[in-house]
Amino acid sequence: MLTRVFALIIKEFLAILRDKKSRMVLIGPPLLQLIVFGYAASFDLNHVPFAVYDQDRSIASRELVADFAGSPTFQKIATLHSAAQIRDMIDSRKVKMVLDIDPRYSRDLLSNKPAPVQIIVDGRNSNTALLVLGYANAIIFSASTGWNARHGGAAPLARLVPRALYNPNLDSHWFIIPGIVALLTQVITLLVVGLSVAREREAGTFDQVLVTPMRPLDILLGKSIPGLIIGLAEGSVIILAAVFWFGVPLIGGLLQLYAGLALFIVSVAGIGLMISSIAATQQQALLGAFLFMVPAIILSGFATPIANMPVLVQDLTLLNPMRYALVVIRRCFLDQPSFASLIPQYTAMALLAVISMTVAGWLFRKRAV
Amino acid sequence: MAGVTRRFHSGDRIVTALEDVSADVRAGKVTGLVGPDGAGKTTLMRLIAGVLRADAGSIHVFGINVSADPLSVQGMISYMPQRFGLYEDLSVRENLDLYADLQALPMSDRAGRYDELLHMMGMAPFIDRLAGKLSGGMKQKLGLACTLIRPPQLLLLDEPTVGVDPVSRRELWGIVDHLVHEQGMSVFLSTAYLDEAARCDEVLLLHESRVIGSGPPAKFTREMEGRSFVVRAPEHTKRELQAALEELNGVTDAVVQGDAVRLVLDAGVKADVVEAARIPDVDIRPVPPRFEDGFIDLLKGKERAARTASSGTPAPRLTGRTTDAAPVVIDVAHLTKRFGDFTAVDDISFNVKRGEIFGLLGANGAGKSTTFRMLCGLLPATDGRLQVDGRDLRVAAAAARGKLGYMAQKFSLYGDLTVAQNLRFFAAAYNLIGARRTERIEWALGEFELAPWRNATSRDLPLGYKQRMALACALMHEPDVLFLDEPTSGVDPLARREFWRRINALAEGGVTVLVTTHFMDEAEYCDRLIIMAQGKILAEGTSEELKRAIRTDARPNPSMEDAFIALITADEAGKAAA
Repeated sequence: MLTRVFALIIKEFLAILRDKKSRMVLIGPPLLQLIVFGYAASFDLNHVPFAVYDQDRSIASRELVADFAGSPTFQKIATLHSAAQIRDMIDSRKVKMVLDIDPRYSRDLLSNKPAPVQIIVDGRNSNTALLVLGYANAIIFSASTGWNARHGGAAPLARLVPRALYNPNLDSHWFIIPGIVALLTQVITLLVVGLSVAREREAGTFDQVLVTPMRPLDILLGKSIPGLIIGLAEGSVIILAAVFWFGVPLIGGLLQLYAGLALFIVSVAGIGLMISSIAATQQQALLGAFLFMVPAIILSGFATPIANMPVLVQDLTLLNPMRYALVVIRRCFLDQPSFASLIPQYTAMALLAVISMTVAGWLFRKRAV
Repeated sequence: MAGVTRRFHSGDRIVTALEDVSADVRAGKVTGLVGPDGAGKTTLMRLIAGVLRADAGSIHVFGINVSADPLSVQGMISYMPQRFGLYEDLSVRENLDLYADLQALPMSDRAGRYDELLHMMGMAPFIDRLAGKLSGGMKQKLGLACTLIRPPQLLLLDEPTVGVDPVSRRELWGIVDHLVHEQGMSVFLSTAYLDEAARCDEVLLLHESRVIGSGPPAKFTREMEGRSFVVRAPEHTKRELQAALEELNGVTDAVVQGDAVRLVLDAGVKADVVEAARIPDVDIRPVPPRFEDGFIDLLKGKERAARTASSGTPAPRLTGRTTDAAPVVIDVAHLTKRFGDFTAVDDISFNVKRGEIFGLLGANGAGKSTTFRMLCGLLPATDGRLQVDGRDLRVAAAAARGKLGYMAQKFSLYGDLTVAQNLRFFAAAYNLIGARRTERIEWALGEFELAPWRNATSRDLPLGYKQRMALACALMHEPDVLFLDEPTSGVDPLARREFWRRINALAEGGVTVLVTTHFMDEAEYCDRLIIMAQGKILAEGTSEELKRAIRTDARPNPSMEDAFIALITADEAGKAAA
């Protein structure tokens, strides 16, 4: 049994590493994706273009404009002279926001009345619009408390002192990059394992293996262990890049992290083998892998919180190994989770691994062209 | 064609597909381009069609240089590639329409041309059928009709008869003859089947990228006049006889044919050379030469110096001898396989005894591959009983599979791995470890003359060596039963002989061999065979019995193909009557 599994593992590695194209697939795209995602994927907004329609033209209004223009989030690109220009600016996507200061602004301020300021945002991307509104609110809030302090107005009733644990600056890279570790590991494992059986089926070598004394268990092990090794290696590269290149802190235990990563890879390998055993050709396997991968990423909590999903979809995510992997990996990066606290995630992934491997092993012999 | 050379880059290697090919193809004739797979046939076809450019040399078609003006040449010719691009989800008529549009055939001419073509192909009743639902032969005819939608002056056909059943093959040849002799078209077609060469007006023999002979086929057979014999010896099995004859000096070729051995002698050698083998009661009868004899003579002439008489030690000999009392090894009863409402294998029964070479013969889609896969345990049977060595391999323990060897169609091995890596993998898969594994790998490298290729990537091996390696992997663990799926399709005739020499030795040693083939010639090597069509067994027996059944005065020496066609025709006539 060991001989056979070992022979399969060696063969699998030779087949992947001797072929220049598959070597490239393993190294090129993941690194490229890491760099692109690492830099591009962020929830933080910077240099949001905005325009000002200042109808008041007072010292107070200019101060407010300066507060906006001086913040790193906003960048003033135009000053408008009529209300009609507002729609044009937003329609043509030149600005994401227009700051419209009412003519009564300074008069109302000086008479200690709430001064009207309108903010018009481009709601076509609801996510950015919400973020822009949040930033704008914060600036206006600090402007008005500043004004009150200088002009002896009433201090606000309560002062909010926000403090974020684990990620004090709420840097969204700290949230996204650990997610990328899971994402890319999943892509690589699915590609390595998912295509392997289909490739052999296409070449006719799978039949050749099935008529040898190899058992389904031998094949399962022989096919998933190379996936595990390659997945762990790629995962480690990405973790190293996350820590040393992107500067994301890794304060949790490596043991907890790698236990989660290994279980995750095995469960993904099982799903890859399932897809691979149903598919008759590599093309079908590739389509199948993508059919699984896209919902698996969207329904994992990688970008959008699972808690926001409809209950039925939330239940569906229980079958998604990446859901658990994200919890483990994110916690290990920013938190110091104990082994025991991660047991629910470990158990879920181990269960998924056992189920998918069993189904795949059964499909090896069942599926016949 | 003058001095045509074409090379391809494959990775860092350069593969020469054609080397200094010079030849003339005459107008108004059928010219056959004959050679095994990988000889360069398709490359030459594509060069003539102007789809590829030659690295050196020139090709003129009707006086026009193809590489200088491919468009005007393409206006005069039609090229049907090996896998013609039929749209399976379109009907016959829609496929014709599509190609008529591509060729810009005026609407007014279409109806008449369609009628003429469909009549010629005998496909008029199927005009509204989906192309995907046609049989292999019909698809090929539809492809030909689409190619001919505008009558060309020169028709290029790349292996038009591959995967086509013998009946359709004859029809296709009838159509080609009609085109040339009635309509004055010129046809240049390629084929790997040597028996088809005899039907051409002229042939061009292509072997390992070079032209090794050309002329009318009769020229090749004429040179062989008086050198071909059929030998029988009641005291010996046909395989012993073949092995003995092959060792003699002055023998060009000795192959098993039915219950006898077909012998071809070197030029100037008399038939009494056989006496040197001291075979009792030997019976030698002269027979007319075949085209293949001429081809073998040419190849042997080239390689006689290079290749020594026989290769190495005989393959592993196992216990047991073939007798009538030999135990049944493969037992099949009422075997049925249905895919949905399609019955691929319909209630077939047969058995194979120890040490027998048993053939499953049939066209593509006859059900032989399905039967084969069920026997190997790769496919579950819908109904019926099947046992190999007393066990059903589908449910038997993995160890039972260790007793059988399997060689897949197309010699499926890991193309990215080297020869030695492939051997090592299969040795381990069959539980060979330690010194035993090393010993068997060395045996395989030596026995199959693979040692020089040990570290070559197997994808790059010549076809004949791929086949050897596939057989080596299948024999690594000295199996009792050997399954061979289309074992020699496309391989050159010398490699095919060498392959059968090994298989014969194995069978003599008690190994049971099951072969599927659509190659009628290959059937001659089998002790017994069944002919399958549409999932049923049409006939069972020795090839001699099958041929004898259709022997008439008008046809004293029917071929295996004749027997096959007679059986199919009788079967269809029977169905039509019922």
